[in-house]
Amino acid sequence: MEYFIQQLVNGLTLGSIYGLIAIGYTMVYGIIGMINFAHGDIFMLGAFTALIVFLILGALFYSIPVVVALLIMMIVAMLLTSLYNWTIEKVAYRPLRGSFRLAPLITAIGMSIALSNFVQVTQGPRNKPIPPMVSRVYDIGGISVSLKQIIIVIVTVALLALFWYLVNKTSLGRAQRACEQDRKMAALLGVDVDRTISITFIMGASLAAVAGTLFLMYYGVVAFSDGFVPGVKAFTAAVLGGIGSLPGAVLGGLMIGFIESMWSAYFSIDYKDVAAFSILAIVLIFLPSGILGRPEVEKV
Amino acid sequence: MAAITTSAPAAALNPIEQGMKEAFYAGVIAFGLFVLFIGLKTDQNISNELILVQRWGLLAIIVIIVMAVRFLYVAFALPALASRKAAKAAAPVVAAEPGFLGRNLSQISIVLLFLFPVVAIWLSGLQGSLKWIDNFGIQILIYVMLAWGLNIVVGLAGLLDLGYVAFYAVGAYAYALIGTYLYAVLPPEYAWMAFWILLPSAGIMAAFWGVILGFPVLRLRGDYLAIVTLAFGEIIRLVLINWREVTNGSAGISGIPKVEFFGWFTFNVSDPNYIAKVFELPTSSVYYKIFLYYLILLLCLLTAYVTIRLRRMPVGRAWEAMREDEIACRSLGINTTTTKLTAFATGAMFAGFAGSFFAARQGFVSPESFVFIESAIILAIVVLGGMGSLIGIAFAALAMIGGTEILRELQFLKQVFGPDFTPELYRMLLFGMAMVIVMLWKPRGFVGSREPTAFLRERRAVSASFTKEGHG
Repeated sequence: MEYFIQQLVNGLTLGSIYGLIAIGYTMVYGIIGMINFAHGDIFMLGAFTALIVFLILGALFYSIPVVVALLIMMIVAMLLTSLYNWTIEKVAYRPLRGSFRLAPLITAIGMSIALSNFVQVTQGPRNKPIPPMVSRVYDIGGISVSLKQIIIVIVTVALLALFWYLVNKTSLGRAQRACEQDRKMAALLGVDVDRTISITFIMGASLAAVAGTLFLMYYGVVAFSDGFVPGVKAFTAAVLGGIGSLPGAVLGGLMIGFIESMWSAYFSIDYKDVAAFSILAIVLIFLPSGILGRPEVEKV
Repeated sequence: MAAITTSAPAAALNPIEQGMKEAFYAGVIAFGLFVLFIGLKTDQNISNELILVQRWGLLAIIVIIVMAVRFLYVAFALPALASRKAAKAAAPVVAAEPGFLGRNLSQISIVLLFLFPVVAIWLSGLQGSLKWIDNFGIQILIYVMLAWGLNIVVGLAGLLDLGYVAFYAVGAYAYALIGTYLYAVLPPEYAWMAFWILLPSAGIMAAFWGVILGFPVLRLRGDYLAIVTLAFGEIIRLVLINWREVTNGSAGISGIPKVEFFGWFTFNVSDPNYIAKVFELPTSSVYYKIFLYYLILLLCLLTAYVTIRLRRMPVGRAWEAMREDEIACRSLGINTTTTKLTAFATGAMFAGFAGSFFAARQGFVSPESFVFIESAIILAIVVLGGMGSLIGIAFAALAMIGGTEILRELQFLKQVFGPDFTPELYRMLLFGMAMVIVMLWKPRGFVGSREPTAFLRERRAVSASFTKEGHG
């Protein structure tokens, strides 16, 4: 039983990270109906930015409180990663809006290849390890919970609350939801559609950057190729929860996290990615609208 | 006045001023994007700790380049494009009669392809031609074949497949495992048959897998289909990595036998009927490459021939009808289930052929060769070439694969950028950027029109803008 709860805790941690990335997929898909294939690499860029900021902080200050360091890493990563996603949207996706549907998917794949190889070329192909930032572990009734895991869950919950507020209670969120329902009508009613879409990309990227920072803190290592697999898993999470739905993305992320940690614990760690991909296939085939999504109505 | 819009003040600036302004913004953005990634480099020091290396000079150069490009684009390229467009709109539309080259492009290309090894040997000698025939000729033709195979699925049937490389892997592993076995058990005088038995069987096996993987995804359309096929592709690769008893895991299978020329002569130096001994030629590994070159060329031509014939057959017309409108297709009594499955199976079969050829050529297979990026590259070639257009796809493969291969040859850049500069590293970066740029420039691919196979009274090319894609 303790082993099971332990896995549950691990799954919650993983799931939080997947959920944060999944929100970026789901928001972009909701508003312009494209799979932002480069989003996994945006996450990787976030982790890498955090790594570089961590090294800068280490070089500038002899010692700095961990909370402050994490906060600075997170904020710089959010800013820079948002700038990347904003630029990518502007350069590679916006000109193709209204073109045939495959076009933005192809540029997104191209961007994904370009981004990961950009990091490989500029930062080198090796794994980049950092010394552990937070190492305290608590023992709660036989279950070990590390401070890292607590930080991840707290940050995730706080950010989700903030984003829930942004999307549901502000005029920005209203504009987003309007664009999601009918872009042309929203434009006619005075919503600046381009700006709203840009902000959506910025929001998605900043959440991915936070996920990247947390990923770096949790695993202590990042490489240029780390974007693809978490990206696909987060996309799975978004689809599982019902693409276009924010709570769905979080729910899906948590489910993928749980399934992955349980699978690694009870079956085989080699095949854990096979499990994730199989779930993706099964969900899409049997439950294409996801758990919380609206079924798509086909009009002839 | 229609000209009064929100962008009127911006339009009032002359192109040079506009260019300066845009260049400034571009510089600021580029600085923001690159300050951490180019300005600093994470490196490991002797005690294996990460340290930062500063590269501000490089950052400055890159930012200035970005600004200059943006300035030239806004100040000169955009006005030039706009005036050309205006001139084009003003001029009466004259349907350009294709010249001799345009009319006979495919015949000329085929002749050139058959002459290519001869020219390569003539220009760079027996050993020097090895690189050209192997790295360029065979490599590009493999991608042409794969892209033509995928074209059946994506271009004709409109089913977006991101896991195509899985079938390539099936073909390669089929030859690597069964071919090696057959080669060992067949009596030596018949051992040459191993490849020729396995080539069609690998195709059939891959087609079979195409049906197996196609079956569950029949209900899916568009993006979702793409993602599920991606998942299948990854699952097959992960199984190849983890099923170590059979596939030897990520170490791969080596020592795959070479193809022999129907038992007449072989390409192993130690064999009694080695080609150089049979024909009294100097010993060289280039003969094998030339043989492989013609083999893959014939396989490519087979793919093209089958595609062209299939397009005229009921099944091909059903594919294209399904691409355009699945519901209309179904209401006209076309069985979309079999139509989709035949498309998956036919496409997969060619990937299987290419796979077993690949295994025979390399003599080594490992899961590394079948990563998602390969599927993405093949799909990019199909889309960039103009989906459905065989000749466009062939030229896209030439540009994308040949272009990235040529980077290996640019050793003179070392003199410009210093000895640490390795152009190969930039291959995939440039490939990704080329994908984006070509897509922005020509969203419909190099060849943007289709020759209809069924027409009313007169044959007219259909602009690809009127055809749909990927909804199946």
